[in-house]
Amino acid sequence: MPTDVEEWKDEIYGTDIRAHMERFAEEGWEAIPEDEHDAWFERFKWYGLYHQRAGQESYFMMRIGPANGVLEPGQLRTIGEIAKEYSTGPAENPEFGNGWADVTTRQAVQLHWIEIEDVPAIWDELEANGLSTLQACGDSWRNIVGCPVAGKDKNEHVDALDTIHELHDTFKGNEDHVNLPRKWKVSVTGCHEGCGQGDINDLALEPAEKEIDGETVEGFNVRVGGGLARNEPRFAKNVDVFVTPEQAADVAGGLSALFRDHGDRENRYNARIKFLVDEWGPEKVRETLQEEYVDFEMYAAGEDKRDQYSYNAGVDHGHADHVGVHEQKDGNYYVGLNVLVGRIGADEVIELADLADEYGSGEARLTQRQNIILTDVPEENLDALLAEPLLEEYSPDPHPFQRGSIACTGTEFCSLSIVETKNRQVRFSRWLKENVDLPDDVQDFHIHLSGCTASCAQPQIADISLRGMKTRKDGEPVEALDIGLGGGLGENPNFADWVTERVPADEVPGAIQNLVQNYDELRDDGETFREFVVDRDEEELAELVEPEETDYEDPYMHNTKKTWYPYAEDDDMDASPAPNAADESPTPADD
Amino acid sequence: MTVPVRTLDDGAWISVNNARAVSNSDIWPLASYDFCDCDVAHVLCESFFDVSVHRDTIAVGAVGQCIDCGSQDTIDALPVGRVIDGEFRAFEPGALQAVNEPQS
Repeated sequence: MPTDVEEWKDEIYGTDIRAHMERFAEEGWEAIPEDEHDAWFERFKWYGLYHQRAGQESYFMMRIGPANGVLEPGQLRTIGEIAKEYSTGPAENPEFGNGWADVTTRQAVQLHWIEIEDVPAIWDELEANGLSTLQACGDSWRNIVGCPVAGKDKNEHVDALDTIHELHDTFKGNEDHVNLPRKWKVSVTGCHEGCGQGDINDLALEPAEKEIDGETVEGFNVRVGGGLARNEPRFAKNVDVFVTPEQAADVAGGLSALFRDHGDRENRYNARIKFLVDEWGPEKVRETLQEEYVDFEMYAAGEDKRDQYSYNAGVDHGHADHVGVHEQKDGNYYVGLNVLVGRIGADEVIELADLADEYGSGEARLTQRQNIILTDVPEENLDALLAEPLLEEYSPDPHPFQRGSIACTGTEFCSLSIVETKNRQVRFSRWLKENVDLPDDVQDFHIHLSGCTASCAQPQIADISLRGMKTRKDGEPVEALDIGLGGGLGENPNFADWVTERVPADEVPGAIQNLVQNYDELRDDGETFREFVVDRDEEELAELVEPEETDYEDPYMHNTKKTWYPYAEDDDMDASPAPNAADESPTPADD
Repeated sequence: MTVPVRTLDDGAWISVNNARAVSNSDIWPLASYDFCDCDVAHVLCESFFDVSVHRDTIAVGAVGQCIDCGSQDTIDALPVGRVIDGEFRAFEPGALQAVNEPQS
């Protein structure tokens, strides 16, 4: 039997939702019928609006999805101005104040505390500047990701940007593809370093070349069925298809249509295409794609570039991220700035847009490591840009613990998360920077903190993987983290093994300190952290992680999900200023 | 009267009568249900995969983990509240509720 979500989508979905949202905006929050909240909030996602968690009723997260994270000149400023005007809440965050933008691991931007009444004005401003919230969430083509310096990079095999724009323009708002069984995450990579992280996407186009009629043709190999969520991580599987850039949209559309027609619409937990690939195997996926969805003979896979991948790969060569100053292929430079946990104040977004205009072309790009890149900076402008005071905080040369920190939204706003994340990760990185010495040759050390198994911070592919959990300490339940090791991408990707579980959150910095000290003492010369971990079994690794209390203090050990906002002076759910706050009063059980 | 129930947002919460009713991430003590070897299993509900109505009781299917011993399992029908005169009344997650626990 189809789920309720499928029935709601059958009634109204896709572009038809917009007129209803505009009507609700005109009439106000109260105009959304209470007994239709579930249906409407599910539909709103398709237009990039996600209702915040219990205690924050009537406030929404808005996601803006620029393809491949490319913000054309002027668009970064637009985002900053919208964040400043519309994205402030009823309480301040002690680390970030009030009014900011979050850069996400899918090269998108999230704004919080958005009210439905403001949405049409925000859309007007976004669309006047070439931005959109279309299909930013919901069951359809999400923001297409890839190497954030596509078209600029010296290490590019094929310029993926044209392909990404073609896919974006073809499938955003495309009636044949608006209603898929579940989300559809696509990555297109053109560089040798694997920056698109294709392995963890539903559909990955990866750089490859193939001999066709005696000539070497550049294009992409196709992989299908990757993803990290729900304790069911999968790497995308090779379906033995090579596409030229001209064929990419036909084959990607064929796979999207195959998913539309054959994905599970009766069980949302079994709906992602990774489960269909499990069931069918890559051979049947290819066979069905060829027979039913693509009307030309597809090529077998070409020769890939995976042995050169360095991005998030734990190797000692190539780029592990895009932070720092790097020469572009046109002789200009791009400057990758560290945005700790992806969050940047609205005023600072505007200030950064000023710097992009003054020193570069005005363009900015967003990365899957939640950072921002300013592109097209002529060599003669570099010194002045690097001397700007704003770059002290958003640094092109950050400490490795801050450079490597990623965090999801967490219980601040998210319904699913089990623990607080962003503020905690900021505090972790600050403490680690002050108290832990990494070996001198280690510049990249990735710590990803995800609040739950949805894995929005991609914890399974970090050097140190942190995942929200709870445990008991001094007799009381407290927020805790599972610690995983050994994850990363590259030629031979690995998911982390969860070696030490349910560590009270305030003992995690001590655990990392001890682990890093053990690594420093026991490593072979030049051995990367990932190599060190891969050489050891789980039992041995668990002994190297020794959780302990230190002088690190964690103000979020209590059940932050039970607050209306974890940082409010009176954080009790009953103190929520949000309209229609949930009735949390329990009924005693019968015993 | 039919009570509409559903799981939403990747199993983050249960909707009863089209309103948020029960959230994941609470800890439910289970004394008689055979979840793990602990005398009382304190099970963190990580996410819900199902919800059903049994007469006036709302029960969920949940993925959970005992916060004391770390055992992980699923529970098919954990009672989380009742519908009385059309209104949902949530049980207190932290309270023992032996008579309501699901059959092992």
